[in-house]
Amino acid sequence: MIKATPILEVRDLRKSYGKVKAVDGISFAVREGSCFGILGPNGAGKTTAIEVIETIHDPDSGTILYRGEAVARSFKENIGIQFQDTSLQEFLTVRETLELFSKLYPRPRPMDEIIADCSLEEFIDRDNRKLSGGQRQRMLLGIALVNNPDLLFLDEPTTGLDPHARRNFWRLVQGIKAQGKTVILTTHYMDEAEYLCDDIIVMDHGHIIESGRPRELLLKHFGEAVIRVPEAAVPAGAAFSCPAESEEGFVSLTCADTDATLRELVAAGVDLRGVLVERRNLDDLFLKLTGSGLD
Amino acid sequence: MQKFWAVFVARNLEFFRDRSTLIFNLVFPIILIFGFAFAFPGGGGTTFKIGTVGEAPAAGSASDVAFLHYKNLQLVPYASLEQPLDRLAHHQIDMVIDYSKGEYYVNDASANGYVLEKMLLPANSGKAAGAVVFAKKTVTGAPIRYVDWFIPGVIGINILFGSLSGVGFVIVRYRRNGVLKRFKATPLSAFQFVSAQVLSRFFIVAFISAVIFTGTDLVLHFRMAGSWGLLALVNALAILCMISIGLVFASRIKSEEVAGGIMNLITWPMMILSGVFFSLEGTPRAMQVASRAFPITYYIEASRAIMLDGAGFAQVAGDLGVLAAMTLVFLAAAAALFKWE
Repeated sequence: MIKATPILEVRDLRKSYGKVKAVDGISFAVREGSCFGILGPNGAGKTTAIEVIETIHDPDSGTILYRGEAVARSFKENIGIQFQDTSLQEFLTVRETLELFSKLYPRPRPMDEIIADCSLEEFIDRDNRKLSGGQRQRMLLGIALVNNPDLLFLDEPTTGLDPHARRNFWRLVQGIKAQGKTVILTTHYMDEAEYLCDDIIVMDHGHIIESGRPRELLLKHFGEAVIRVPEAAVPAGAAFSCPAESEEGFVSLTCADTDATLRELVAAGVDLRGVLVERRNLDDLFLKLTGSGLD
Repeated sequence: MQKFWAVFVARNLEFFRDRSTLIFNLVFPIILIFGFAFAFPGGGGTTFKIGTVGEAPAAGSASDVAFLHYKNLQLVPYASLEQPLDRLAHHQIDMVIDYSKGEYYVNDASANGYVLEKMLLPANSGKAAGAVVFAKKTVTGAPIRYVDWFIPGVIGINILFGSLSGVGFVIVRYRRNGVLKRFKATPLSAFQFVSAQVLSRFFIVAFISAVIFTGTDLVLHFRMAGSWGLLALVNALAILCMISIGLVFASRIKSEEVAGGIMNLITWPMMILSGVFFSLEGTPRAMQVASRAFPITYYIEASRAIMLDGAGFAQVAGDLGVLAAMTLVFLAAAAALFKWE
């Protein structure tokens, strides 16, 4: 259930380290119950932005509103955080670690629910240093959920995980979303953003350079699809109604209506054998917006 | 081999580019070398220790005691007779000479005292008219074993390292690896976190000290002339004081290597200059003054007074007061300086 009032609103947020403007006047709003993605390359300012919002660092200027009001001391009780890099006190089991963090909050969630939501059963009594990458991320997600937060921050939670562990983690996040919680996610992975996020912003050099829903942004920048026709199959003098450009032996047509464009090709006498219909993704969008790939 | 070399070079670059660590690693050994050179200028040990009271006769005068100018004799001046006689009774010094009264004291059970008396007597017998002839006085008392004298120092060292590394070093590590940042993201306040660290370490150090003491006491049967309760109070204050020092140096540092350098800078002078291994009596005045800056000096002083001399609260109140004051100052400084990151 997505409500109209933003659960979080950021206005003209700025944070500098010396002469480096890590976050340079960003503004956005997050709908309650949604998954909000912050995308960008290393050094774009994603982590600084969310750590300022999390009140880990003080902003230089700007406003952060939680449910329409300036963040107060109790804000930390309403949010859950999974940092990009974090260490825990050693020589504790997963259960003891969760219990430690549970005791830091006034209204912790029952331990059994956290264990079930994050699939921690198989290693709940294992030393927290002896976990695989995927298990460790699930434990850290569990820690972020101990206070039953309304708003969950996940900073590159699947970096370094194998594809199977990433998919498992996405499934957990989908389950958390289904409980009505709001998730703010930074990620390098465009497939992750496309799978999980309802809204995204793309950051570069501390600025927001694009924002919107992933599907709408792709339509805006690339149309519905790109149809690639071998140059040899295109009759001489043929003209098309959608933008066309030659690349690597193909004519690429960026079309808003795939069906209409294919009919247009048939009418022009194009041999459809060898024709490719491709959907552009957020990686392509980022390349287009910044002129560089995500690293 | 290629991987080894790459890591070796990278580690060296890291070390030499970290100026703070480099400075500590260079300056500390130099300070240590100068410290030893200053503390032991003669380069050799002392065979006999003689306490003196009153003004010594001029060298070469009729009343001068020639053998007191021999090598390897250490003369320790005292303001009054009470303290050196107590130390003579416990064999911690070998003879006391009171110039003002023309008397010398020996402990009949002391072998060193017997030898010193044999050296004194020839000078005494052939003196010119008008010269001071020292009259013999004796004291009695069993010797205090070195281990009885040393045990407060051992416990003091345990408190020193246990507190500094257990609180200071650990907090620095937590700050560096992000544990503190994770806690900062929760409603836990800095005061709550630090208090928990202090209490936890207090319990651990007190427990370990008690185990060390009682375990060795079962075999060695330490001399305990005073109150166990008062000794426990002195220990508790010393632990709190050392922990508070650990908190001060851990309040902002991020590098474990810098923390290690600072720990060395704090612990080694304390061990050398606080009378842990040897008595500060007879050492250069500057060294004795420097020792008053270290809390462990007051801890050892009070513990030895309680255990060896049976001192009560009134006798060690000054030491307790200094330890308490230092603790408050260091805790206040740590509270003002502490940062999560």
